[in-house]
Amino acid sequence: MLAIRNLSIAFPGPDGPVRVVDGVSLEVARGESLGIVGESGSGKSMLSLATIGLLPRSARTSGEIRLEGRNILGMSERALCGVRGRRIGMIFQEPMTALNPAMTAGQQIAEGIRLHRAAGRAEARAEALRLLDRVRIPDPARRIDSYPHEMSGGQRQRVGIAIALALKPDLLIADEPTTALDVTVQKEILDILDELVADLGLSLILISHDLGVIARSTDRTLVMCRGRAVEQGTTEAVLRQPTAAYTRDLIAALPRRARAGLGAAAPLAAGDAR
Amino acid sequence: MLRHLARRAAGFAVTFLLISVLVFGMMEIVPGDPASAMLGTSATPETLAALRAQMGLDAPAVIRYLRWLGGLLSGDLGVSTTYGVPVGALILERLAVTLPLTGLAVLLAVGIALPLGVTAASRPGGVADGVATLYAQAGIAVPNFWIGLLLIMTVALGLGWLPAGGFPGWGDGPGPALRALLLPALALAIPQSAVLTRVTRASVVEVMNEDFVRTARAKGASVSRALWRHAVPNALVPVITMLGLQISFLIGGAVLVENVFTLPGMGRLAWQALAQRDLIVIQNVVMVFATVVIVVNLGVDLLYTVVDPRLRRRA
Amino acid sequence: MRALVLRPRRGFRLDDATLLVGAVLTALLVGVALLSLVWTPEDPARMRILQKLRGPLVSGLLGTDHLGRDLASMLMRGAFNSLTIAFAAVGLGAVLGTLAGVAAAAGPRFDAVLMRVCDALFALPPILSAIMLGALLGPGAPTAIIAIGVFMIPVFARVTRGAAMQIWAREYIMAARMAGKGTVRITLEHVLPNIAGQIIVQVTIQLAMAILTEAGLSFLGLGLPPPAPTWGRMLAESQTYLTQAPHLALAPGLAIAAAVLGLNLLGDGLAARLDPRRRQAS
Repeated sequence: MLAIRNLSIAFPGPDGPVRVVDGVSLEVARGESLGIVGESGSGKSMLSLATIGLLPRSARTSGEIRLEGRNILGMSERALCGVRGRRIGMIFQEPMTALNPAMTAGQQIAEGIRLHRAAGRAEARAEALRLLDRVRIPDPARRIDSYPHEMSGGQRQRVGIAIALALKPDLLIADEPTTALDVTVQKEILDILDELVADLGLSLILISHDLGVIARSTDRTLVMCRGRAVEQGTTEAVLRQPTAAYTRDLIAALPRRARAGLGAAAPLAAGDAR
Repeated sequence: MLRHLARRAAGFAVTFLLISVLVFGMMEIVPGDPASAMLGTSATPETLAALRAQMGLDAPAVIRYLRWLGGLLSGDLGVSTTYGVPVGALILERLAVTLPLTGLAVLLAVGIALPLGVTAASRPGGVADGVATLYAQAGIAVPNFWIGLLLIMTVALGLGWLPAGGFPGWGDGPGPALRALLLPALALAIPQSAVLTRVTRASVVEVMNEDFVRTARAKGASVSRALWRHAVPNALVPVITMLGLQISFLIGGAVLVENVFTLPGMGRLAWQALAQRDLIVIQNVVMVFATVVIVVNLGVDLLYTVVDPRLRRRA
Repeated sequence: MRALVLRPRRGFRLDDATLLVGAVLTALLVGVALLSLVWTPEDPARMRILQKLRGPLVSGLLGTDHLGRDLASMLMRGAFNSLTIAFAAVGLGAVLGTLAGVAAAAGPRFDAVLMRVCDALFALPPILSAIMLGALLGPGAPTAIIAIGVFMIPVFARVTRGAAMQIWAREYIMAARMAGKGTVRITLEHVLPNIAGQIIVQVTIQLAMAILTEAGLSFLGLGLPPPAPTWGRMLAESQTYLTQAPHLALAPGLAIAAAVLGLNLLGDGLAARLDPRRRQAS
């Protein structure tokens, strides 16, 4: 459904262009979930922004990003607006800043519905209410008129999910969706995400630096390091039998208990004496 | 919210009292008083004393101050020595020119600054940004009364499109009155809009980098929708602050522009009162103007809570 | 300014260009003002009724006014008069405002009172104070200087207070406190030197404001009395001859605009230089 071929992204720097993504290729089939792991600065977020055509203006790209055959990189702005939200939904990392402080939760969820489906105000509001219920916000009838500053981080991220899923897109990109949240809230958000992805039969790209999150929610995994894809395979294989040294380092850097939770094979991890 | 309002209202009252003491004190040390101004130099001491007693000018300063303060609150401001009419009525009549003039100027200034500043911010470093920057620098540098002269020279005298001065009053409906106010309001508005353009641009540029603008774009909102629906409402607080700060300059400007266009407003009244040494009028006009300034600033405070929901409960 | 020449690769930097243009215009303004004390093409006060209302280059560089006075000479002397009033007014406002500002930052007890007084002063536009002062002192330099200067006290007080409060929050102030230094000494040794840059920027920008306001006051007849030429009165006198002799209205207005533009650009350029965030980026 989504196929990225040899994608490179570069920004002009003081000493010539700086490549932040370097020749990455990947594929996501319908209903499949792909995890992208890597440290911050490894280019994962640029990759996701490129997929919805929202790279900063100064970015230079090569390669292609095909969504059901159509190249996103060559699309007009108008066509891209039709893709964003409707075909591809996006959840961002910082629930504190990703919501507009001057609009209510309901307005922000309804906005996409009204933009793409030319729905009326009442219809979009009813849909927003259903979505808030689906992301299991307590007391949705009241929360629909709440402003972001009146909600907790977990509640805001639920609104973020509702916004991304408002139009039942084919592909959902979640960029570090739980990183900014408390551990207990992280689990709730991931549960909701897993459930909705399964129910709606979505394809998912889950970006995280947290192998635990990747292990729990994805079928296949791509490991990125300094803009390059260093390893790709089923999540199980990547975690149990990592081939790239970088992946082994990532696993080794985990505390032992977390590693055990992944089912990762300890002896394979480099530099682990026990 | 109510507590916040109460605190602001108390601050307002203190500022109002401070200004009234300042204005009263200053007019107190001005040589001569309304009685001597009315009678002229030929008056005998007896008639002068009689008139003073009649006007209540023989009372101690504190009593006269309190009387004036009471008058300010009730609208009874005494009688003008030159016009021979109640000052309250005189000021109301002149406010009917000055308030629409400044209001129209604010509308024009915002009407110029918002689109220009936002367009500039939509693409920093672009052509519109260059135009806006030039306009801002040039607009801040030109005196409003000079713009008034240029507008009279070109639009009024050259092209004959609009009147060069004078005011027909509101009696014939708003049409002729607005025509008379348009050029002076534009003269006032251009420097104000320059400052506002600068603030708007800077504020919108900052907000456009916020995450929620990206969220909006990811929903499928176009650039212009992300700009106007998401960035601009969140960029308004600094713009409104600047509007509030500018009211002092706007009123100072109104005095000048009313004189350029011979509009019978408060500013022209103050200026004429000075020429005629009509102290009662000067004192009250200054006080009314200062009150307008602090009322506008109180209003600006309330406006914050309208544009930014986060300020609603905290206050 | 040097970066403009030495770093062609990054193209020209807007901040540097701003500073350069501002400095040149300001130098020109000050130069012309000082020159007018020793030389002007004509005596700016000399009337030659027979040569009245001549156009530019017909009589003198910029022509003559309704009394046959040489416009260029009047503009030059006007620059001096305008700058003198502006400097005096900003001096008054800067000194008193800075004092109030550092006092407010140093002692929370002063703070509320001082800021309330500042609110009150800020609600009195200089033109209105000048009208009140005009009744007291008559038109002239003291009226103009006090009216403009008093309005600038709250402006400087707010800027200084904000900047000084940031300095007070720093760790080395705490260290100085521990060392037993008093409030006044800390203010003199640490606070003032650290906020001097911001005050200088503000002085530059307020000089521009003062020139604009002074022009307004003399336009209303509240500035320097005749025969001293002022830009504002030249504009007031030009009103009668707008169609007949438009150069009378154009020249002084352009002079004001150039002076204000120069000082504003200089202030912006200096501010950019002083702002550590932008300095790092350069």
